[in-house]
Amino acid sequence: MLIMGLMALAIARIRDLFAVSMLSGIFSLTGAAAYVVLDAVDVAFTEAAVGAGISTVLMLGTLALTTRKEKLGGGRTKSTAAFLIVAAAGAVLIYGTFDMPRYGDRIAPIHHHVVPRYIEKSGEEVGLPNIVTSVLASYRGYDTLGETFVIFTAATGVLAILGRARRRREDEEADETGGGKESAS
Amino acid sequence: MQGIVDAFKPLHDLWLAFEAFMVGPGSPGLFGYWMVIALMMTGFYVVIAHDNLVKKIVGLNVFQVSVFLFYILMAKITGGTAPILAEGIKVYSNPLPHVLILTAIVVGVATTALGLALVVRIRNAYDTIEDDEIQAVEEEEDR
Repeated sequence: MLIMGLMALAIARIRDLFAVSMLSGIFSLTGAAAYVVLDAVDVAFTEAAVGAGISTVLMLGTLALTTRKEKLGGGRTKSTAAFLIVAAAGAVLIYGTFDMPRYGDRIAPIHHHVVPRYIEKSGEEVGLPNIVTSVLASYRGYDTLGETFVIFTAATGVLAILGRARRRREDEEADETGGGKESAS
Repeated sequence: MQGIVDAFKPLHDLWLAFEAFMVGPGSPGLFGYWMVIALMMTGFYVVIAHDNLVKKIVGLNVFQVSVFLFYILMAKITGGTAPILAEGIKVYSNPLPHVLILTAIVVGVATTALGLALVVRIRNAYDTIEDDEIQAVEEEEDR
């Protein structure tokens, strides 16, 4: 996790956007390793595939269509103000953690609502050894259905936005070539 | 060789003391949460202090991953294993946050994709992906 912290700082400082997108991929991969350590193997799979893989590809695609370099500058006062806001918010949040249950505590309230039932019964009720899969696909099936709707909407949105942009560019190019012909004649 | 090792001994002792304070027995046991907050604030800073839109989205991703880590940290039980049923294992980590975060990761990528598509579109319309330059163009057009 210290590595992740360093990575995030590097992301904040480096201005070459190609390096930033690569670093964010490594950041996700480190996160996946952390999830394995914290017993969340399914989450680690997803993060490694989706966070480190697809996100990086999307990021690189965007860079190919836009620019690689971030502009230098940005006012000193702006970054100072931002830092102050961030420090204040962080201090409040750290104050909030003092009421949190200890890391790894098994009597924390989060472990005592529906979770014992999932652990005890899901094997018989759903028949899968992996509790995460049973909860995802069976007990919270509607949630997963909603998730697929979200992805569908996002995909439709991306296609609508990018498809329109491409059509307009083609129109402009057609106009330019048309103009060129006129001036030539 | 031994001289070099001795030279770094104070540093090593300091590290061990730090480790004992942060994760050893008797520590407040909150180091993970503090790391999460540090990550979260880094992402937040990137979002509000940088003008570049791609950088802002990367910052948003860092913020997002920190929230995921927070959930997964809460799910961990000391001595527990991954929540896959097996013979002879009594203690499993909490599977519910894992499910929620699984969903959240995928939704997060969907929003990232949408955001990046908007960035590409903005670049086509304004020929820049810097926030302040876009504002300058807008003011120019208003005049």
